[in-house]
Amino acid sequence: MQNDRLIIAGREFTSRLLVGTGKYKDFAETKKAIDASGADVVTVAVRRVNITDRSKENLLDYLDPKKYTILPNTAGCYNVEDAVRYARLARAAGVSDLIKLEVLGDERTLFPDTAGLIEAAKILVKEGFIVLPYTNDDPIVAQKLVDIGCPAVMPLAAPIGSGLGIRNPYNLKIIMEMIKVPIIVDAGVGTASDAALAMELGADGVLMNTAIAGAQDPIAMAEAMKYAVYAGRLAYKAGRIPRKLYATASSPIEGML
Amino acid sequence: MAESIQIQVNGEERACRADATVGGLLRELAIHPERVAVELNLEIMDRKDFDHRSLRQGDRVEILGFIGGGAPVDAQGLGRGVVYAK
Repeated sequence: MQNDRLIIAGREFTSRLLVGTGKYKDFAETKKAIDASGADVVTVAVRRVNITDRSKENLLDYLDPKKYTILPNTAGCYNVEDAVRYARLARAAGVSDLIKLEVLGDERTLFPDTAGLIEAAKILVKEGFIVLPYTNDDPIVAQKLVDIGCPAVMPLAAPIGSGLGIRNPYNLKIIMEMIKVPIIVDAGVGTASDAALAMELGADGVLMNTAIAGAQDPIAMAEAMKYAVYAGRLAYKAGRIPRKLYATASSPIEGML
Repeated sequence: MAESIQIQVNGEERACRADATVGGLLRELAIHPERVAVELNLEIMDRKDFDHRSLRQGDRVEILGFIGGGAPVDAQGLGRGVVYAK
């Protein structure tokens, strides 16, 4: 497993767990949780700088961009125009062309607007962005995103922040079998077993925020997720036994009295 | 003393010197230029132009940076997922 790296658009990552930085109590807790998670890739949002209270600390004081790959998102964007605008701002504020593209369709579910997502992805790929799209668990949309030039696809497990876990393992499995780029299961994970299941299905990585930040002890949960993703990956590579309805004895009958 | 102009910064009205540049505004606000994106009248600026572009009456400046985020959050900082159980 030592050389089992996650590779997205030529960039190599040791950890297959990607984490968000929202919803933490403070930056110190954010940093501790991210350290405990072992993640290389951390997502951030783009927002107006607070110009009235400049004493406020900056997230990047805690997350060294040399140590982590900063993945800005277009969270909160409900149309193509906004998502493209935020992606361009993220590139102008940051150091890379990476963007986690979200075009949301509805406030209650935060489900992606896949038509808008495809349109925005086309524009951004043309502009040289490395587009990692947050999408539905729809294999056809996933394939379209790959055809556009997205180097990875990030289908949801369940609604963002819901903690419902893997709601449609069969669709996710079809995506993993059909799609030839890395699949990162993004959103909906609630606890360690959900992350392990995603990896056992064959996901190349899992991205989460609320499951860690919202836990009673975020730092302990971050560590749990690290092991869950690792264990799930190992189990996937090891190849599980088939499910059978009846028992198969593990001990030989030969030599019995 | 240069005369004063009115501009808008992140949605708020603000007075600044008529000969001020975007870079000067960032320094006045104690904002590290390497960590932000500046949108001037809806056009994203190149960092190397910050010190060359003078501010004009009525300019709308947006200064954006990275904050903690992963999933969208509401005003209370809470996710909007439906709660089935505590």
